[in-house]
Amino acid sequence: MKADPHISESTQQMVMDAESMEKAIRRMAHEIVERHDSLNKLVLAGIPTRGVEVARRLADHIEKIEGVRPYFGTLDISMHRDDLSTRGRVTALEVTRLPMDIDNRPLVLVDDVFFTGRTTRAALDALASFGRPSIIQLAVLVDRGHRELPIRPDYVGKNLPTSLEQKIRVRFENLDSVPDSVFVIKP
Amino acid sequence: MSSWKRKDLTGLDELDADEITFLLDTARAFKGVGKRSLKKVPALRGKTLVNFFVEPSTRTRTSFEIAAMRLSADVVNISATASSLQKGETLKDTALNLQALQADIIVLRHSSPGSSRFLAERLESSIINAGDGAHEHPTQGLLDIFTIREKFGRIEGLNVSIVGDILFSRVARSNIFGLLKLGAKVTLVGPSTLVPKSFEKLGVRVIHRIDDVLAEADVVNLLRIQHERQRKEYFPGLGEYVALFGLTKARAAKLKPSCLIMHPGPINRGIEIDSDVADGAQSVILEQVTNGIAVRMAVLYSCAGGAGVPS
Repeated sequence: MKADPHISESTQQMVMDAESMEKAIRRMAHEIVERHDSLNKLVLAGIPTRGVEVARRLADHIEKIEGVRPYFGTLDISMHRDDLSTRGRVTALEVTRLPMDIDNRPLVLVDDVFFTGRTTRAALDALASFGRPSIIQLAVLVDRGHRELPIRPDYVGKNLPTSLEQKIRVRFENLDSVPDSVFVIKP
Repeated sequence: MSSWKRKDLTGLDELDADEITFLLDTARAFKGVGKRSLKKVPALRGKTLVNFFVEPSTRTRTSFEIAAMRLSADVVNISATASSLQKGETLKDTALNLQALQADIIVLRHSSPGSSRFLAERLESSIINAGDGAHEHPTQGLLDIFTIREKFGRIEGLNVSIVGDILFSRVARSNIFGLLKLGAKVTLVGPSTLVPKSFEKLGVRVIHRIDDVLAEADVVNLLRIQHERQRKEYFPGLGEYVALFGLTKARAAKLKPSCLIMHPGPINRGIEIDSDVADGAQSVILEQVTNGIAVRMAVLYSCAGGAGVPS
């Protein structure tokens, strides 16, 4: 199976397939359920693009497990980043969709890959302009290491030690038209 | 995924449909910021924006000022009377001085068509055109199109009538360029002195009777009669203009219920538009003002970010 036709197979290695991704997300959903009493107040906030898909799947699993669907939203953090002028080009922003009032509600930020922690820091800044959740946690499908800030995830699908030169590519069948998969791309 | 690579916005004529759509989508994300309790994001923290207005304007300048503040930029306003232009300095020298003061973004309002492009080609700062003579007013065009798209969910195929003083109107030009690129059908309505047939070359329809467009229009955009620019001979008098082109209550009753009534402001109540119509349910005149902030945030954000690319 080719995950990305633009990259030769020799430079990429599959580290998660559809089944292992499904299991990892289901386990994370169980962990979230275990640590939260009031699931009807819980907010899952996905960070675009693929964090939103992970959050949607977590919400599906939590609903299956407990019969309660947590609020599922989107948090665009582009306008809260501190590196606008060094990125060179501007990419489209997603519309942030959160409940009207996030004060005193438990909130789990969801992203696909955890790397330096800078995205999470920007997300925390962004959240502060919406309100004051009772607790903010972080769930990621893959933790690839190389933190640059004192921030770490609470729920991890897979720990994947990588070198700085490597890239992680997460694909979802419904977004990318290739089977669910996580690849390590080698330089 | 679409992206933006320009440092300047000098007109909608030079953009393609994807770029216009990019700015409209970005504006939609920024509109949400205005609804938060904390209406400010740090995207332009540490950037300096100069509002350089060589022609008087309060609302456009204020809108840019609010947009810049919501993006955490520092804002300085320079008006014509305070400017060295009155002491004989050329526009280019004044602008070079602004750049030497390390302005990252210059928002320019000037009476000469092409003045924004002139500076954009010569300065490293981002130049945003806030109106250059009768040429273009791209952020006004964008906010009009944004307002229409928000209501209808699309631009393609809509019948948009622009009524009034087209000849002197940079707002009309920016609307025409943007709307046509996104697939709207544009009709210009007004006396032949203010809406010459030569506009048909742009790909629009020219009609001299407002009553001919009322039944079909999805949007009626009424432009202000610019008393200050006009000599009397363009039309016999304001009474005559109201009789022939004003959107009176009787005329408004012939519009489709879904038709939007727009005006870039400031409105002349009782001239382009009847007072009750301006305050009526179909009027989106004040929404245009609110949307202007989001659109200008999108333009400032995109041009400041696009400035990292050597063109």
